[in-house]
Amino acid sequence: MPHPRAAIDPRWHGRLTLGLLLAPALLWLGALIILPHIDLAVLSLRERIGPRQYAASLAQYKIFFAEPLYWHVFLRTAVMSVLATLLTLLLAFPIAWIIAKLARGRAGSLLFIICLIPFWVSETVRTLGWMILLRESGVLPALLVKLGITAMPVELLYRDATILVGLVYTSLLFMVVPLVSSLESLDNSLIEAAYDLGAGGFSILRSIVIPHAAPGITAGCIVVFMLTLGNYLTPTLLGGKNSQWFTEQIYTQFITRFNWEQGAAFGFLLLGLSTALVILGLAITGQRFGDVMRRT
Amino acid sequence: MWLRSATAAYLIAFLVFLFLPLAVVAVFAFNDAPYPAPPWHGFTLDWFLGSTARGRTGLFADGELLGSIWTSCIVACCVTVLSALVGTTNAFLIERGRFRGKQVLSILMLAPLVIPGVILGISILAFASRLAEIADDSFGLELDFLRPGLPLVVLGQFSYIATIATLTISARLRRFDRTLEEAALNLGASKAAVFRTILLPYLRPALLGSAAISFLMSFADFNTTLMLVGTDTPLTVMMYGRMREGATPVLNAVSLFLMIASAVLALTLLRRGGPSRAKPPE
Repeated sequence: MPHPRAAIDPRWHGRLTLGLLLAPALLWLGALIILPHIDLAVLSLRERIGPRQYAASLAQYKIFFAEPLYWHVFLRTAVMSVLATLLTLLLAFPIAWIIAKLARGRAGSLLFIICLIPFWVSETVRTLGWMILLRESGVLPALLVKLGITAMPVELLYRDATILVGLVYTSLLFMVVPLVSSLESLDNSLIEAAYDLGAGGFSILRSIVIPHAAPGITAGCIVVFMLTLGNYLTPTLLGGKNSQWFTEQIYTQFITRFNWEQGAAFGFLLLGLSTALVILGLAITGQRFGDVMRRT
Repeated sequence: MWLRSATAAYLIAFLVFLFLPLAVVAVFAFNDAPYPAPPWHGFTLDWFLGSTARGRTGLFADGELLGSIWTSCIVACCVTVLSALVGTTNAFLIERGRFRGKQVLSILMLAPLVIPGVILGISILAFASRLAEIADDSFGLELDFLRPGLPLVVLGQFSYIATIATLTISARLRRFDRTLEEAALNLGASKAAVFRTILLPYLRPALLGSAAISFLMSFADFNTTLMLVGTDTPLTVMMYGRMREGATPVLNAVSLFLMIASAVLALTLLRRGGPSRAKPPE
């Protein structure tokens, strides 16, 4: 009995399947990623010259460089994000080491899961926790008074250090996961051999562990930097009026002032910075984008 | 010896750092005081059960808050279904398809993960308004779904959550033993039957895992949502607004509820899929 489908030319059949599979992907990427970004670029390159009249110009970008407030905030966001990324790496590395090397078997995977639990809860909830802990009437200031360290409760919110704590906290997971997976593949006998040959802890770390973990370190740093740069919730809630985060400027231009042209230009500057650092990170360690993203 | 105690001390300090914020949120949901702050005034369930008439609006009497949870649920369901569908077709496209430009397409699929959420939000907002304007100017059509509101929120979240679903599902499809499929085809099964009886059951854990992750990520999304939100506010945006005003412990109550819900979801997923797939969302 001939299969009913045999009547259709198999080559045509294959093309139909391919077309059906391509359609959702192209629709998704085209309508939600590519076209909106082209539109945003066009928006950022025009200027309003009258009611409903626009002309192509670089005015939006000129304003950014002419107004110190804007590029100060931009630079500040970049520097704080780099700092937060480095702090996250420093804090996460020992934990990843403990999980991958020191804890054995089930203890290691249990510890890993415990470290991941807080990140199942949304960032809003975690930030609420930090606000209750740090605000003037909060838990830590009260504790400091009780311990006699400060005479009066101090306001711990709205400081740069607080923003950093919050950012490091939300980013930890994205550093721990790639670090653990890259450290797990490091052969213990290499370290033992180095010890036997008389190497100290620091030189083992520098010449064996770090080179081996480099892909994980890059992956973690790229993701953390990108997420920190684009964060809105943590800086605005923990930093209050002093946060001066660049995403806040974008929000102000777009939603509060309804100045979409300026907001679009700011968006592109942020996207440029984030892309530049991703490319830089990949170039320094000689990795490919796809591999890094799959690692995380 | 000192190294061991130093390690243990570090580990304990780290875990305290990790869980302290969550612990205070949970504890102050039960404090008998109008603000989530010390000192401890005694245990109460007012922030869950209290009614407006008694001066304390608890979670279950706070219509606005309950409404926003419901809004978030609807959005998350739509995003989950869309992402699972597109994630599956993408997985087959990348793992099975042979066509020119596949490399470019698979790199492009990863792009949404490295675009900051705020920018995804504003670009979709701007593009949708332009489309709405064009429709209005040239055809006189009022396309309300292109104005800020839940349909745009769903699309905005879907734009990057689809990438995560694609990665999860294609990772599983890559490990599939194709001889199983060939054997079935040799034995006379139709392609549809092979898909239904072999591939789909095989992909089930990845589909469930990515659905859970999509749901949680959508529920927790703030950056993209903030830019696209209309009159119906999802929970994260509602909480953010109240946190800026300095809210009552009813926010702690809703947070505790969220913690328990996501813990339950995480544990079911862990039992099903083992620790390897237990990676939580952003």
